[in-house]
Amino acid sequence: MRTADVLRLVTRALLTARLRSFLTILGIAVGIAAVSLLTTLGAGLQLYVLDNFSQFGSRIVAVNPGKTQTGGIGGLLSSTRPLSLDDADSLRSLPFVERVVPVVQGSGAIEFGRRVRHTDIIGGNGEMAAAWRFGIAQGHFLPVISGNSQPLAVLGSRVKRELFGDAGALGRFIRVGGERYRVVGVMASKGQMLGFDLDDIVYIPIDRALSLFNRPGLMEIDITYRAGSSAQQVAERIRQRLIQRHGVEDFSLTTQDEMLSSLNRILSLLTVAVGALGGISLLVGAIGIVTIMVTTVQERTAEIGLLRALGATRRQILLLFLSEALLLALAGGLFGLLLMALLLGVLALAIPALPISLSPFYLLLALLLAAVVGLLAGVSPAWRAAGLNPVDALQQE
Amino acid sequence: MIRLVDLSKTYQLGDQPVKALDQVDLAIEAGEYLSVMGPSGSGKSTLLNMIGLLDTPDSGRYFLAGREMNALNEEARAAERNRRIGFVFQAYHLLERLSARENIELPLVLAGMAPAERRPMVDQIIKRLDLDSRASHLPRQLSGGQRQRVAIARAVIRKPALLLADEPTGNLDSHSGAEVIALLEELNNQGITLLVVTHDPAIGQRAARRLRMEDGRIIDDSGATQPPSADSRHAHR
Repeated sequence: MRTADVLRLVTRALLTARLRSFLTILGIAVGIAAVSLLTTLGAGLQLYVLDNFSQFGSRIVAVNPGKTQTGGIGGLLSSTRPLSLDDADSLRSLPFVERVVPVVQGSGAIEFGRRVRHTDIIGGNGEMAAAWRFGIAQGHFLPVISGNSQPLAVLGSRVKRELFGDAGALGRFIRVGGERYRVVGVMASKGQMLGFDLDDIVYIPIDRALSLFNRPGLMEIDITYRAGSSAQQVAERIRQRLIQRHGVEDFSLTTQDEMLSSLNRILSLLTVAVGALGGISLLVGAIGIVTIMVTTVQERTAEIGLLRALGATRRQILLLFLSEALLLALAGGLFGLLLMALLLGVLALAIPALPISLSPFYLLLALLLAAVVGLLAGVSPAWRAAGLNPVDALQQE
Repeated sequence: MIRLVDLSKTYQLGDQPVKALDQVDLAIEAGEYLSVMGPSGSGKSTLLNMIGLLDTPDSGRYFLAGREMNALNEEARAAERNRRIGFVFQAYHLLERLSARENIELPLVLAGMAPAERRPMVDQIIKRLDLDSRASHLPRQLSGGQRQRVAIARAVIRKPALLLADEPTGNLDSHSGAEVIALLEELNNQGITLLVVTHDPAIGQRAARRLRMEDGRIIDDSGATQPPSADSRHAHR
């Protein structure tokens, strides 16, 4: 039988039972829409989070004091030496290293006149803004001087707005943890990252932050490196240098590459899990197809007998009914994608910030999924139709 | 053309085995006109289904056009049905959602013939059976007689050697019934082998060769005859 004829006979059958076909298609459409909508949102979220993290640049290695270790005496005897500013400075001479940023973080009261705001305070150096790819809106960032820094501060855009309003902040004096600081710069707005307000921060020089918070050492050293070397190579050199200075490995290294890839893994898994949730409704749609095909085969038993008498082979009967299920599912798939596009449009209008990434690959995959569902749902009823005895089938009215 | 040797078929009806065909021997020449009569359950329909390759015998042999049919698999039997055998049923068995024309076309479609090739064949048969004005109608828009004419057109579109009619007038009034019979006889006149299963003695008597069945056996056979000439057929009408 010709493909065009199969298609014609099958569409005619589906169009004859319009309402029934439509409802079955709707069932599949809801399933496909759910699966593709949820995975699209999942993939969008994944992209959004990774984007957030890689905004700091991907060629970055972080050193933190302390080492997570498992095991007997080693764990008990090892003592952790704090990471010092000298440790940080010693890394500058390593090959490929571009910037070294010592970091201490705390929080405290920021005062200007009568206004007080409690914010995060980050101690860093002059290279911090460049290393983290933060922009400056007014003035300049902290000066690049090591040791005995002047009391200078840079405000996040939110802090500036809260304390100064529209008035200029540059050159004014604020109190950070009770000490007088002069404002030299205001950061460009950076927005939130995973609920953490990057604009509600005050930056001060690292040595002043250490004494302000009364800490013995740094919380982190961020090292950026130039292109041309791998994260592993740079991390290995840093490890060697610090072991040389500390005698033991009492610190941990995290490369941005590593972090991004593990984050990516977690989020991919999440996307799949959410998609599987939507798959439940697709399963229900598939059951709808099975139901309708079983009914159809029963109703058209006499017709199957006739077709066999006219010379249709079992294979042709199988083909006809399988095509019917397949066509139902594909129509459902297309309709489902349309439904998803509609829902995404509404969502995008309602929540403009929502990260949405539509890829044609996944749309095709959704259609393919619909086709597979149709074939699986149709195979058992079609098989029954093909297996009918033509004599018995003809007697059915 | 057709030879049945010692053909038997037993059905299970509840837990009662029923002999639908009991060692039937029959030879039919090309172009013959046969009627099969007998009470319900005598095996008439089973005989027709067996000859039509819809049913398989438990034992015995069946030769169609010199070839043994028992040896064929389902695919080959379907191909034989498509090519050599036309069926006409009491209930017409038209596909309600297809037009008369599309119904007639079905055997060609199943055979995989190209639309350009089948169009003239369908046109010709529609013209010949006087269905021109009805070709695009759905079956439910046709009268019983017209429906059966469509079914007959479908049965002979492949120019089969054998036409099997199971109570072809059972659902028709006497006028339409007579028309349908006349059409079948006309086709027989043109050379097709015609086998009619019927309850109606008036129709059964018209056949040149009459079989009577009871309990799965052919108990009476008026004997193979030369197909009657067109003149004698006219005398009957």
